[in-house]
Amino acid sequence: MHDVALELIDDSGQTRPADSRAGTILEARGLSFDAGGQRLIDDVTLPIRQGRRTVLLGPNGAGKSLLLRLLHGLIAPSEGAVLWRGRPLDRTARRAQAMVFQRPVLLRRSVLANIRFALGARGMRGAERRARAAEALETARLTDLARRPARVLSGGEQQRLALVRALACEPEILLLDEPTSSLDPASTHAIEDLINAANARGVSVLLITHDLGQARRMGDDLVFLHGGRVAETGDLRQCLRTPQSEPLRAWLDGRLHFDQATS
Amino acid sequence: MDGFGAILADAIGLILSGDPDLAEIIGLSLRVTLSAVALACAIGLPLGAVVGAFRFPGRTVLTVVLNALMGLPPVVVGLMVYLMLSASGPLGVLGLLYTPTAMIIAQTILVTPIVAALTKQVVEDMHAEYAEQFVSLGVGPAGRVMALLWDARYSLLTVALAGFGRAVAEVGAVIIVGGNINHVTRVMTTTIALETSKGNLQLALALGVVLLSIALTVNAAVMALRASAVRAAYA
Ligand SMILES: Nc1ncnc2c1ncn2[C@@H]1O[C@H](COP(=O)(O)OP(=O)(O)OP(=O)(O)O)[C@@H](O)[C@H]1O
Ligand SMILES: [Mg+2]
Repeated sequence: MHDVALELIDDSGQTRPADSRAGTILEARGLSFDAGGQRLIDDVTLPIRQGRRTVLLGPNGAGKSLLLRLLHGLIAPSEGAVLWRGRPLDRTARRAQAMVFQRPVLLRRSVLANIRFALGARGMRGAERRARAAEALETARLTDLARRPARVLSGGEQQRLALVRALACEPEILLLDEPTSSLDPASTHAIEDLINAANARGVSVLLITHDLGQARRMGDDLVFLHGGRVAETGDLRQCLRTPQSEPLRAWLDGRLHFDQATS
Repeated sequence: MDGFGAILADAIGLILSGDPDLAEIIGLSLRVTLSAVALACAIGLPLGAVVGAFRFPGRTVLTVVLNALMGLPPVVVGLMVYLMLSASGPLGVLGLLYTPTAMIIAQTILVTPIVAALTKQVVEDMHAEYAEQFVSLGVGPAGRVMALLWDARYSLLTVALAGFGRAVAEVGAVIIVGGNINHVTRVMTTTIALETSKGNLQLALALGVVLLSIALTVNAAVMALRASAVRAAYA
């Protein structure tokens, strides 16, 4: 899995994604979002490249979750636009995306019923749905818990369920908001494996994390957000080795605190 | 106190004897009330869910109206249904006045706003949690309403129970449109009112005891169900 990722990085060489529009699957163009009289997302222009794993980093309150929700069309931008394969994002395009929220939203039903519901929303019925749901549980090693009420699962199991529910919808891109926050190393590993397996099948990934180790393991491209703006973007390893912007440098040194993040 | 004890003993004796008149009254009470609650749920659950889950013009007005209708005085509802169903009323040709159907109609009108308003509250809270996930999964409007009603099922059981409580204990509306006719439209509450005024305290008290037991049993059953739902984190 990791070998595949490394190859991709080598392929990309020194070129920074902003240099090239080729292979852009999802794009923010001059995106801004205001709430409560504040500009929370400020003129973000950003191509997310197809087939790549983009990691979105930034301090608390930088606007990472907001940006993800904008890109998924859950909230409308105050200015700018979100483009999916070069066209404005709409209902149909959203079906090609799957999002896992920072706090997993699970229905008050069994583990299996949660997956069946998501598949049903995609118009899947009967034997096909049964087979796909069973397969999804299998890949997340949740088969034994199929009949368990989803909301009594442990935090790690809930996040695993939220992830396979998203994957069961066969999205072209996964939008993941801190999918392993508060998980132990083994559970984190299990989730990373699921994400990488999907990526190896061609699913693009946009991942928010606070874990530098995870960013290194999971990231091809980096977007560093600070105060609602993109402070730096480019090849992840290169950015982390030689950060060009002051916020990323400060963040890597542990000097960037949340009180400065929104200034 | 001695008098009360004797009456209570007689009343319980009456219940235990399986008196057919008593059974008939209880049976009709349950039939009318359960029919009304079922109808009220059939209308009020989807209505409340739609108002709770969607924004549309007139939503606030509808909410205010539903909340106001929750406190409808039963006698006013009884009077209105009477006017509709009486021989000279618009629906007089149906000949429904003084039938159990008329009582079901009156009780449905009383209970529907309760079910709808309480459902709206329950669904609105749950929708706040689910909304973005629904949009993300691409769930359509009908799918949302059904999913919300299903996921709120244990809370909604309590809502239905509140409706049942209101209907089964109600006397003002059913006495006006039912007329308290022996063997036809006599239910527990109307019989208690009538028999008490006639001084037949044994029968009145017997029905009172039955009414109380029904209320307690139904409440206990719903509480037990809810407790198991809470354990499964379904509530
Ligand atoms: N609807 C809203 N109204 C007003 N302010 C909001 C709203 N939504 C988010 N914010 C603010 O926008 C900022 C960015 O929020 P966001 O959740 O995107 O941060 P984040 O980068 O995901 O942080 P974290 O790492 O803590 O998850 C925060 O300061 C938050 O308080
Ligand atoms: Mg966040």
